[in-house]
Amino acid sequence: MLRRLFKDIQGEILAIPGRLIALIFFILLFFIPLITQEYYILFVLILINIFVIFAVSWDFVSGYTGQVSFGHAFFFGVAAYTVALLNKYLGLQPWATIPLGAVAATLAGVVMCLPALRLRGPYLSLVTLAMPLILLGIIKAFPDVTGGEHGISGLPALSGSRMSDYYIALIAMLASVFIMWKLTDSKSGLVRTGIILHAIREDEIAARATGINTIRYKLFAFIVGGFFAGLAGGIYAHFLKIAGPATLDMTLSFQVIIWTVFGGIVSIYGAVVGVYVLYPVMELLRQFNVPVWPGSEMMFSDLRFLIFSGMVIAILLFMPEGVAVWIRDKLERECPRCKLSNASWRRTCRACGTSLY
Amino acid sequence: MFQAFVVQALVTGGVYALLAVGFSLIFGVARMVNLAHTSFLMLAAYGMFYTTYRLGLDVFTAILISLVATTIIGLVSYKLFIDRIREHQVTVMLITLALATIFQESMILAFGAHFREAPTLITGYVEIFAVKVLYQHLLTIAVVAVVLLGMWLLLTKTKLGIAIRATAQDAEIANLMGINVSNVLLVAMGIAAALAAIAGIVVAPLWVVYPYMWMSPLVMIMAIVVLGGLGSIKGSLIGAFIIGLVEVTVVFYLPGGAFLRGAIALLTMVIILVVRPEGLYGIVFEEERL
Repeated sequence: MLRRLFKDIQGEILAIPGRLIALIFFILLFFIPLITQEYYILFVLILINIFVIFAVSWDFVSGYTGQVSFGHAFFFGVAAYTVALLNKYLGLQPWATIPLGAVAATLAGVVMCLPALRLRGPYLSLVTLAMPLILLGIIKAFPDVTGGEHGISGLPALSGSRMSDYYIALIAMLASVFIMWKLTDSKSGLVRTGIILHAIREDEIAARATGINTIRYKLFAFIVGGFFAGLAGGIYAHFLKIAGPATLDMTLSFQVIIWTVFGGIVSIYGAVVGVYVLYPVMELLRQFNVPVWPGSEMMFSDLRFLIFSGMVIAILLFMPEGVAVWIRDKLERECPRCKLSNASWRRTCRACGTSLY
Repeated sequence: MFQAFVVQALVTGGVYALLAVGFSLIFGVARMVNLAHTSFLMLAAYGMFYTTYRLGLDVFTAILISLVATTIIGLVSYKLFIDRIREHQVTVMLITLALATIFQESMILAFGAHFREAPTLITGYVEIFAVKVLYQHLLTIAVVAVVLLGMWLLLTKTKLGIAIRATAQDAEIANLMGINVSNVLLVAMGIAAALAAIAGIVVAPLWVVYPYMWMSPLVMIMAIVVLGGLGSIKGSLIGAFIIGLVEVTVVFYLPGGAFLRGAIALLTMVIILVVRPEGLYGIVFEEERL
């Protein structure tokens, strides 16, 4: 058993530079509280981990089924509001509300599926865009129950200290990313969903013709994606101790798409890279209170949305596949014969010995 | 009350129709979802504000400058950013969204995030059936009618219109028939931006001019074009008046309607789509059918 694990690590992780980098990165994340315990840095990192879960779940729903959802904040907001309402009216604590919030978001996924199973392409995108906005209208129309514009505040904290918050968010993130990565891994021998989802994305009609019940798998994608987005929403509400209209906002839905497409769509790790790069950049720009030119009133921090948008445009024009995929293609090369990934500096395939040139 | 309701519904529907026709045109021809479409409305409204109040020009020069400047901005941003990634649909959406953010932020930097107003093009009102109707409202309805009629003539009677429709039906075959597809796309983008600019010029006095004013009409016109069937101009027209009517009804007759107007208009769209997945007048392409 141990020897098998060791062999797996040697063959599947150490031999592929992309995975090696991912492993080192995740191990480093565990040691960050040992290096710095500064309140603000941990705060940003916790939010990043929450948004990683959220972005990866978008990639799962939209990237893998090819159904580009513009309303992913629906799941996030449903969970945040469920968590807040359960706490406000029933007095439940985080350990109970977060799973229930995730379940509520799963049900929201089923609701969203009803139109999604009939619609495709841009139609689906726009219907999903409508969903959170409809809910937002209802929330604002009944301010007595939902708090209206101000949302529901005063939720209990996630845990006692900032450090345990950090580890909760980190472990939730690692577990969610690993599960979703495994579910979408097309080479996995354990679960078949990965290869089926790939097939649906490439050609839905052909997938149907080979006997795959595509509707069942689309439903599955929406349910899994909804569950994890809801998990992120629940943790977010308890971490910030507030569930407000911002959790359903259109900007959040678009933000998650920008993160994922920036990192690389249909790759799971692309979403992780996207959030870990773009979110800190935005935070740094917010902190960057330096005048644009000496003596001017205009600060760099006022220009942050401008700089951010310009950066997104530049990246998308020059690397339309996403940053993470672009880097991976520089680091790895697929063997033409056995389709195994190899480090790009190898001359021959590590399994079958075919020349890689 | 009822007459005011009718006028309001016509104005709202008409403005949405102007926006939705342009949005639908560019989707039909280039298969791209242009999320920056309503930001051209915002730019034109700011153009009116700037040229009249800051530069002190008269209204007709102001209209001309706003219209031409907005159209040029539309064409330049298409040529620079969108043209080369036209095949990646999701990327196009993101880039146009980023463009809209850039326009919004530039307006905040230039004029601040304050609420502004633009001059009314004509002042005064007329009483129709004992209801005061602002000339501005009548002018809006008239402009919408004239522009839409002009669009219809352009698309059906001229050579350019036929080229645009041919490209919308099948870009490859249109290319083989000797139509310069990339020029047609550029012209369609120009027309779409100009339509949005006209909408911006006529609604600038009626709505509040502020940097975020592109967001809520964007959601509405997306609902409209999906409802009418993406790429169908007739569908967008009818959809615009349906959604406009629903929105105004909710605002007039429901308590708390101002919060619910978007929600109920979108709900109408979802219901129609669930019943009829390709929209009212949508075309189902053989390869897209399921």
